[in-house]
Amino acid sequence: MAVTGILLVLFLIAHMLGNLKIFTGETAFDHYAHWLRDIGTPLLPSTWFLWLQRTVLLAAVLGHIAAATVLAMRARAARPVRYAHRKAVRGSYAARTMRWGGVIILLFVIYHILDLTTGHLNPQGAPGNPYGNVVADFAPQRWYVTLFYTLAIVALGFHLRHGAFSAFRSLGQQSPRGERRARAAALVLAVALCVGYLVVPFAVLTGLVA
Amino acid sequence: MNLTLRIWRQRGPEDKGRMVTYQVDDVSPDMSFLEMLDVLNERLILSGEEPVAFDHDCREGICGMCGLMINGDAHGPQRGTTACQLHMRQFSDGDTIDIEPWRARAFPVIKDLVVDRGAFDKIIAAGGYITAPTGSAPEAHSTPVAKANADAAFTSAACIGCGACVAACPNGSGMLFTAAKLTQLSLLPQGQPERYTRVVGMVDAHDEAGFGGCTNAGECTVVCPKGIPLNTIGRLNRDYLAATAKGGGTPGS
Repeated sequence: MAVTGILLVLFLIAHMLGNLKIFTGETAFDHYAHWLRDIGTPLLPSTWFLWLQRTVLLAAVLGHIAAATVLAMRARAARPVRYAHRKAVRGSYAARTMRWGGVIILLFVIYHILDLTTGHLNPQGAPGNPYGNVVADFAPQRWYVTLFYTLAIVALGFHLRHGAFSAFRSLGQQSPRGERRARAAALVLAVALCVGYLVVPFAVLTGLVA
Repeated sequence: MNLTLRIWRQRGPEDKGRMVTYQVDDVSPDMSFLEMLDVLNERLILSGEEPVAFDHDCREGICGMCGLMINGDAHGPQRGTTACQLHMRQFSDGDTIDIEPWRARAFPVIKDLVVDRGAFDKIIAAGGYITAPTGSAPEAHSTPVAKANADAAFTSAACIGCGACVAACPNGSGMLFTAAKLTQLSLLPQGQPERYTRVVGMVDAHDEAGFGGCTNAGECTVVCPKGIPLNTIGRLNRDYLAATAKGGGTPGS
């Protein structure tokens, strides 16, 4: 859970930094997007690095889901008779919604790939013009797309808030002071990634990026 | 105080069990929760009914026998308190109180509110001890222990094994108990020889007993009557990683 999660968080950070290049203009953003396909050349043939990265990410996602499924099934088996009167989990909202939050994020990722990677669900869907695709995607009349993205990113933020702390703990964070630091770091990471991802659709929505 | 109780009644391990409603009148706010159940049981005995079976022993909050799910809270609404030390002044006149046994596959119900916590004994038997010869208490200064380690070990050693952590855990995991029993030894010099075989053995026994896996949700530490902190589980994780990286031997050897 922790190791695959950390791989995915590293990707999220790189992906967010790449997204922010949209503020440097159409030419620079499209150039960056094309460079992603050419990383590693001439050592590797074009797009090889991209596919390597996609393979690692897919393996991490599948490993993450597999570990979560094992935990969920063990939890179900560990309490065959339910309580008649059960209080909601008092820990944190984030901890309580890890499993359903994960499912929402998975559905979002599938939609997101069909939208901005393959272009099937994108109103423009031009493979060579990611800048134009993004602008067309979050146009003000398609406010519901921005709303869905916002909900998914907030779900991701909650997932990271508990997930990042839990990863530190699983990998042996053990002191009370370290626990406070790990919780604070997880909160900062979650908020930073939420803000970093949400500024792009909202910049398009408000006309800052056109 | 007049109270309505909804209590889990189950004749034996094979019985399906059900919630049964009882009315208890003239409860004093100074009674403990178990004394209130005693009043109900005396009335049931007088009217020829089967009294409600529940576990209890010292009634001083230190033996770990009592354990009731009270309105969905392990040991009731007051933090850091076992059910026997919970007083009826925590409730109001006219309240309806739901009382259930701990729910976990590893803790099968024996009767009514009594569960079999033998799974905890299996975890202890898998490594929750030291093999150094005991006997009379050694001279305290002969083996120096850092104050911070002594304090942390003592905090873990406060665990009374009541099972509230398992009862409250959304995953039905017994990791707080296992971690407490582990770190009370692994922080002290006497616990070092078997430190890494112990952690593998106890976690394996925990998993085999049918407890769920820990997801760091933190419910256990909220209900723990002895306030065992959540970072105890981090100490277990660190020892477990070190042990599996080394390649362990036979548990307890």
